[in-house]
Amino acid sequence: MDAGVIGKDVHRVEGLDKVTGRVEFVDNIELPGMLHGMMLRSNVPHGRIVHIDTSRARQLPGVHAVLTGDDLLAMPIDPFTGPAFKDQAPLAIGKVRYVGDPLAAVAAVDRDTAEAALDLIDVEIEELPAVFDVNAAMEPGAPLICERLVPARTFADLIELLGGDDVPATSNACFQYKLRRGNVEEGLRQSDRVFAHTFSNPPSQHADLEYHCSIAQWGATDRLQVWSATQSPSYVRIMLANMFHLPESRVRVVVSYLGGGFGSKLYTKLEPLAAILARSTGRPVKVRLTRKEEFFTITKHGLTAHLTTGVSRDGRILARDSQIRWDTGAYADIGPRVTHKSGYTSAGPYDIPNVRIDSFSVFTNKPPAGAFRGFGIMQVCWAYESQMDIIAKEMGWDPVEFRLNNVLREGDTQATGSIVHSLGLAESIQAVADAIGWEKTAPIPYQAVQPANGPLRKARGKGIACSMKAVITPSISAATVLMHSDGSVSVLSSAVEMGQGSDTLLSQIAAEELGVRMDDISITHPDTDVTPYDLITAGSRTTFHMGNAVRLAAADVRSQLWPTAAEMLNADAVDLTASNGRVWARSAPDRSLTFGQLIMSRFGARAGTITGHGLFETHHGETDMQTGQSDNVTAHWMCGATSAEVEVDVETGHVHILNLVTAVDVGKAINPFACRQQISGASLQGTGPALYEEMVFDAGQLTNPSFVDYKIPSLLDLPDNMEPLIVEDPHPDGPHGAKGIGEAGIFAIAPAIANAVADAVGARIPDLPITPEKVLNAIEEAERHGNRR
Amino acid sequence: MKHQITLTVNGAEQRLAVDSQRTLLEVIRDDLKLFGARESCGMSLCGACTVLVDDLPVSSCSYFAARANGRAITTIEGLGSPGALHPVQQAFLDHGAFQCSYCTPGMILTAVCLLRENPSPRAEEVKEFMAGNLCRCAAYPDILRAVMAAAG
Repeated sequence: MDAGVIGKDVHRVEGLDKVTGRVEFVDNIELPGMLHGMMLRSNVPHGRIVHIDTSRARQLPGVHAVLTGDDLLAMPIDPFTGPAFKDQAPLAIGKVRYVGDPLAAVAAVDRDTAEAALDLIDVEIEELPAVFDVNAAMEPGAPLICERLVPARTFADLIELLGGDDVPATSNACFQYKLRRGNVEEGLRQSDRVFAHTFSNPPSQHADLEYHCSIAQWGATDRLQVWSATQSPSYVRIMLANMFHLPESRVRVVVSYLGGGFGSKLYTKLEPLAAILARSTGRPVKVRLTRKEEFFTITKHGLTAHLTTGVSRDGRILARDSQIRWDTGAYADIGPRVTHKSGYTSAGPYDIPNVRIDSFSVFTNKPPAGAFRGFGIMQVCWAYESQMDIIAKEMGWDPVEFRLNNVLREGDTQATGSIVHSLGLAESIQAVADAIGWEKTAPIPYQAVQPANGPLRKARGKGIACSMKAVITPSISAATVLMHSDGSVSVLSSAVEMGQGSDTLLSQIAAEELGVRMDDISITHPDTDVTPYDLITAGSRTTFHMGNAVRLAAADVRSQLWPTAAEMLNADAVDLTASNGRVWARSAPDRSLTFGQLIMSRFGARAGTITGHGLFETHHGETDMQTGQSDNVTAHWMCGATSAEVEVDVETGHVHILNLVTAVDVGKAINPFACRQQISGASLQGTGPALYEEMVFDAGQLTNPSFVDYKIPSLLDLPDNMEPLIVEDPHPDGPHGAKGIGEAGIFAIAPAIANAVADAVGARIPDLPITPEKVLNAIEEAERHGNRR
Repeated sequence: MKHQITLTVNGAEQRLAVDSQRTLLEVIRDDLKLFGARESCGMSLCGACTVLVDDLPVSSCSYFAARANGRAITTIEGLGSPGALHPVQQAFLDHGAFQCSYCTPGMILTAVCLLRENPSPRAEEVKEFMAGNLCRCAAYPDILRAVMAAAG
């Protein structure tokens, strides 16, 4: 069918609501009799809870409930949740594991009363030795943070945990991803040069502007309703059903719009506590965080990576050993998936015959780390793309040519043993190199911006980096499409509109499949009573997975109406087509019917609903657990490349981005404007952790949990020029050939900038962020070694 | 301590009794049920709670309601409606200058004030003026284009 909307810059379907401030966020919702929940948090990083005295808080007028971990244990519930391990309760039980760990909660008539009650809770904690560094945490004898690992078995992609048993933990490493391909020792021996480097990222924070917020209300018949700012309504329902031993049909999770997510609003966050407080008080309860608490709730993983890479004189990578440690904080959250998903490509997007990857998810006494845009790819890309340029420089190779010599292409075998299809990475690299005016000379001519008189103050350089990622596999998305009696359409989907434009994209796909107008389509936001299961809105899944599910559901509607249409138009069903809300036979285009007329004929009145179902599933191949080898680890690969030109102030160390170009292979741009906006937004967001974003800890105490001390990019941080570029290498299984694009634009930003800084001043910064202080120190270091160009 | 205050909010007079500690944002959201202004930092650093007080943008999360006594407040709800958008709202719509839109009302109100003070700003002036309005989706290039377009 043809609605003429695929490949068009269609405006946001919710645009009017957004520019008039009318979109609903959870915090706008107020229910009659609603209470407000707040938490008391630990101020020690690791300790045994000796006693919590809540008696004074309970007596404060307006307080309806004060709960601790012990209270949770006394309830007929399973208090533990977690997407990988069931290791986290809404309130700490037995001990606290980080500064900020919630250990008591209050529900009161308003936030002021709740806050006053928190001050009246007396806590006695016996401090335990704490560990904050991943390497120290893996040493024998390190304080054990989590004593028992209970696999959650809720996600089929975490294959290592599926058969896992509930075991006492023996170390702080809660998960290992392991990959073996070829023979790394032999490959390194055969190499002409071997390079070994260590790189690191600090933990950082999502800083999505909307705070986490959840509201829970119980019905008289054990029916739980939750409104939540979540990226994973289907998962939240399952977890709440488990927690309260309820059938899933009695738990309803409703999501309106999200004020950003970026991974922070995945899995359960405040929903369990809101539901527990609501049950204890018999009143609806809203729990929402403050900015400071956001920093204590979920973070982006810190990482250290030690890479050993062997190359041949003719520019090929022969072997790479990646030893990686992820700082997953005090609770695993989705750390194992981050470790696993980024594990596949931790050796880079290159065709390397000999690869060894050992990647560990490690507990420390810091806030829990979870999903952040890219599920770990940003962090591993920082390591391998920084090293690529070090190697290129040492060997006298052009960084672009070196990458193009080694990058995976159609039909190549990736490190996991899976064959690569539909990966427009070489095209992306070429596109960003061309756009930034890369010259095929090595090294690139040094451009100095020198005042007429006086010493050199600013230096310019260019850098490039690229990356790829596997989409979460296996996974499931389902959708329902309803055609109403007038021919208008509702799309029922659990995909969450968090700013990425999914409502518009799904409307385009449904309109195109049915041949109706965009205005005929309405999106029903996640409501687990009516919208079917979707794994999560994350991991660049929605276009590919939910797009397919909606397409199938729309096709199902059409197939139910086509016999009626064929009869009415006296045509063969295969000859039918539709556009602009009208159906006709291709062989007799002068006669057409509206969908409303079709339904009128089908039901004999303006009545009835045509219900279409769409279920899209992806599967992976068998995996050898010892080697990580599999013939099919992912439904599709996504990739992107970035080039950056920077100006470094040699006296202050300040890095200014002159030009930032990012290309992403989108498969097929269903909405080119939306694609470019995603690529551009991801690129800019990536400049924060590249240049200044960092959670700074002092003995486990976070020193910068506010926008005073934790800066995120503003309009003043815009590069002088930005170019988001679309590359289209269509995927045969994608809707209209489209692939996911939400993450790929952020992968390679930091190393592209670092490589440009190195090009400008000969200084290499191995540890993010690239602060002026580090740049100055690195310049000094480079001068000592005579590397300054 | 309670203060009796009178505000003109989006053209309508509102008489309220407010505690000394109560912020303008709390009054706008909790009492007046206008949800276009949103809290995101609580320290007047992000601009998401921006409203106009006597035509000047203020961070309502850090502005005591009592201080607004006798003043005229404009929130996004009072700027334009879906059928009659303010030119800046129209420009944001036309240029797709938002993603999640949590920051959008604050962005638009700040831009309205900028364009009143400086009807044809240079891009650098827009950046300077609006640096206190953060957008984590980083729709900044589209926002900049929208404001420049609204300036004509």
